[in-house]
Amino acid sequence: MAGKEYRTITDVKGPLVFLDKTEPVAFGEIVELRLNDGTMKNGQVLDTSDDLVVVQVFEGTAGVDRTTGVKFLGDVFKLPVSKDLVGRILDGAGRPRDGGPEIVAESNADIIGAAINPYARQSPHDFIQTGISAIDCCTTLVRGQKLPIFSASGLPHNDIALQIARQAKLTASEEQFIVVFCAMGITAEEYNFFRSDLERTGALENAVLFVNLADDPAVERLITPRLALTAAEYLAFEQDYHVLVIYTDVTNYCDALRQIGAAREEVPGRRGYPGYMYTDLAMLYERAGLVKGKKGSITQFPILTMPGDDITHPIPDLSGYITEGQIVISRELHGSGIYPPINVLPSLSRLMGGTIGAKTTREDHKSVSDQMYAAYAQGRELRGLVAIVGEDALNERDKQLLSFSGLFEDKFLRQDRYEDRSIDETLDLCWDLMQTIDTKYLVRLDQQWIDKYHPKDKKD
Amino acid sequence: MSENGQIYRISGPVVTAIGLDSKMYDVVRVGDEGLMGEVIELHGDKAVIQVYEDTSGVRPGEPVVNTGLTLAVQLGPGLLTQIYDGIQRPLPVMQEKMGTFITRGVDADGLDQKKKWTFEPTAKKGDKVESGQTIGTVQETPTIAHKIMIPPNMSGTIKSIKGGDFTVSDTVCTLEDGTEIAMMQRWPVRAPRPYRQKYAPDTPLVTGMRILDFLFPLAKGGAAGIPGPFGSGKTVTQQSLAKYSDAQIVVYIGCGERGNEMTEVLDEFPELIDPNTGKPLMNRTVMIANTSNMPVAAREASVYTGITIAEYFRDMGYDVALMADSTSRWAEAMREISSRLEEMPGEEGYPAYLSSRLAEFYERAGRVETLEGEDGSVTVIGAVSPPGGDISEPVSQGTLRIVKVFWGLDAPLARQRHFPAINWLNSYSLYPQSLDQWFKDNIAADFPEIRTEISSLLQVEAELQEIVQLVGSDALPVDQQLTLEVARMIREYFLQQNAFHDVDAYTGVQQQYQMAKAILTFQSEAKTAIEAGGLLEDVVNVPARSDLMRARFEGEYLSRIEGLVDEMTKQIAAAAEEN
Repeated sequence: MAGKEYRTITDVKGPLVFLDKTEPVAFGEIVELRLNDGTMKNGQVLDTSDDLVVVQVFEGTAGVDRTTGVKFLGDVFKLPVSKDLVGRILDGAGRPRDGGPEIVAESNADIIGAAINPYARQSPHDFIQTGISAIDCCTTLVRGQKLPIFSASGLPHNDIALQIARQAKLTASEEQFIVVFCAMGITAEEYNFFRSDLERTGALENAVLFVNLADDPAVERLITPRLALTAAEYLAFEQDYHVLVIYTDVTNYCDALRQIGAAREEVPGRRGYPGYMYTDLAMLYERAGLVKGKKGSITQFPILTMPGDDITHPIPDLSGYITEGQIVISRELHGSGIYPPINVLPSLSRLMGGTIGAKTTREDHKSVSDQMYAAYAQGRELRGLVAIVGEDALNERDKQLLSFSGLFEDKFLRQDRYEDRSIDETLDLCWDLMQTIDTKYLVRLDQQWIDKYHPKDKKD
Repeated sequence: MSENGQIYRISGPVVTAIGLDSKMYDVVRVGDEGLMGEVIELHGDKAVIQVYEDTSGVRPGEPVVNTGLTLAVQLGPGLLTQIYDGIQRPLPVMQEKMGTFITRGVDADGLDQKKKWTFEPTAKKGDKVESGQTIGTVQETPTIAHKIMIPPNMSGTIKSIKGGDFTVSDTVCTLEDGTEIAMMQRWPVRAPRPYRQKYAPDTPLVTGMRILDFLFPLAKGGAAGIPGPFGSGKTVTQQSLAKYSDAQIVVYIGCGERGNEMTEVLDEFPELIDPNTGKPLMNRTVMIANTSNMPVAAREASVYTGITIAEYFRDMGYDVALMADSTSRWAEAMREISSRLEEMPGEEGYPAYLSSRLAEFYERAGRVETLEGEDGSVTVIGAVSPPGGDISEPVSQGTLRIVKVFWGLDAPLARQRHFPAINWLNSYSLYPQSLDQWFKDNIAADFPEIRTEISSLLQVEAELQEIVQLVGSDALPVDQQLTLEVARMIREYFLQQNAFHDVDAYTGVQQQYQMAKAILTFQSEAKTAIEAGGLLEDVVNVPARSDLMRARFEGEYLSRIEGLVDEMTKQIAAAAEEN
């Protein structure tokens, strides 16, 4: 089958090439295109029938004409996987980018990835300490979770992702993570930032990078995260690693998806994105988790920039329906010079409730986190009121809450990019800040934890 | 034309075959691997097939075989406690056959064909039996007796019937005309199962959630929609309903949702005790899990698989509750298939038949007289996930036109950590009128009035809050400030409920009524006290009031509530006298 070269291209449209009658070609089969000047391009079959084949070309169709040779390679897209992947930098299509040799395959894994049988999954319950107070206390990360960062252009989401990659560890075992990093359409500058940081901290030796930059073909972006997740699955479920997958930027991925949809003249859904975007994103996000009988795990940290800071935009919206919570970065906090500018109010970790507590973090964690959240929410609300009626109009309780909300941002949220706070430090800090509020207003705290943890010497 | 055709075209989950003799909705086997599919469109000699498994690597020219059957489920002992994918393949069996990941071309029976069940005949030789009539029972789980019924469209006189241990396919009964009846029957999922007639619902489905039972009750046999943006607690609400509602059978469909959520249910349900029977909840539960990354065509089928199983238990005379989380993902599966078929789209790319499909599905809910003359019901509770939380979109609107109960989840409430985040101002139930008689007979004669008072207090609060936003609460007259206090009490003490708290998660209707009465008692006592010269601040801050509120987290609340209210009344009177 492989070897036969067709010159039957009829139409070329955007990233798509249409071919007339061929031998039977498989759906999803990999295609090689040879241009007249000898340039090679790769593609994949999107639609196949006895009369017509539609091929999506990863490198774009520049230079393709009706005499271009098309060869079907007889197989679906596979990634050669082996332990040698660790420490390598590959391009968006899985070829070495670091000047190193080709990956010698231990086996070839289908990059589409099969769904994990829900019955074979194991519930994630292990606390990951990121060393960032806002995350550890309020939106606790759990091993096997998929927790995206909802950010927007111009915000320091990359710093936060890197800080997490640097600091993430399991408190129970001090086990480190292996990082699979996947760049989708980010700028060379952003990439260099990631790369040099990983290099400097020595994490690069323990990482696999898949890189598709802004000037690389957009369509290639559709396979880059699949390659990264295939590598992650191999490392986690065959080699027992705990893998942290960071991919950025999901928004670029979705735009590439829209581009293909438009070229195929599909009926668009909201804002021109294809109707199957939910399913497509789910096929990435759901490749996280723990499975019974395997030691490794996949934890995902997708980063997406919300167009126009709009959380109801289809990309964050559909993501939020699939992922197990979200960490929302706030432009307002960033503007007031706070790093990390995490707005805990719309942030959420769905797996937190089943994880935190005496066995994993600390017995008072739930109570403290509820109280911190409630007090901060009320304090923030009061800011609006103060702008109208002035601070003098507030009663004692409201004054305390208002001042607490300032402390929350200044002392609790704010921390250095290299500051690694343990969960005990974080919770002690919470108690420290909460003592500025009269205990009688701290209604969400259990009395037993007040008795045990409240810094009494300073009280009254 | 023959039973065997050839693949002509493949486009994702949609495959076109030529030369296949087929009828609409025939189940076919596609390609060399025999992937399962269903005929959904016929064009001349071409049949369009939606395939329930991934089609990568499949080529034109591969064979397509028609099984001649429509998509059907196997019904019989062995359904309960099981977890299936969208086309009734048991997930544990699939794990055994293919490991951690779901691969392709593996077939599995919905019911265990080897397991033996003890069949106890209730009919005897010579009995004339009609379709739907019970001929025997199997104790399927400690709480549920599975009735073996004559399949629909079958009747006759029993020639022989025997008790003992049988597999589901063994013949347990033979009719005079030679028809052999086994414990298992098949039923096509897209066709509703027959019944004699539908009744008007008159009994509430008690859920133990205060805001639902008290303010927006759902009837057994009714249909409810729960729309809400992500993070507003749809799944938690659905799971609470699956845990605590007083249905005898629960069918839970995880349709296009997260894998970990289903795992959580699987871990949790066997441990949880049904408050109504005292036995593990799993004993009455059937689960269907077609997560978001499993094939979309199977997701489309999953709700039909679920409701057919629900109807089957209804036909035994049980009250069945079906939770579908989320119907939006089902609608999206329809949209995806429809766009691959290049159909003319309706609103937002959804097919034009979206609303009729939704209506057909919800219409399979209902309280019926079964073929045997028993009373059975299927209650459907569908979660809806509107994009951006905006319920003007087609799936929400299509659902709201049909269901009689709307539990609107609200992002701002969820952000305030007010759970369940059901908005009391825009939610509604059209059942109170038909259910009030039940509440009067079983709870208290003045139940409807108490409910009206509570909901009108909340309404008044909403109006007052608008003023407070502008001028602050101090500017209001004392009686209105009291109203605000009382409304706050309703919200924090009554409407908020902790789904994860051992005691608070479930509140019986009698106790709900007592709690509501306690709030109204507080209101009237406080009003009297203030009129007698008490200060609002003293009156509302009596310690007994917070005792009353906090005690709902402790056991035996129902028996203690009277004492707590008396104490509160005393303290309020005392507070008035101090001045």
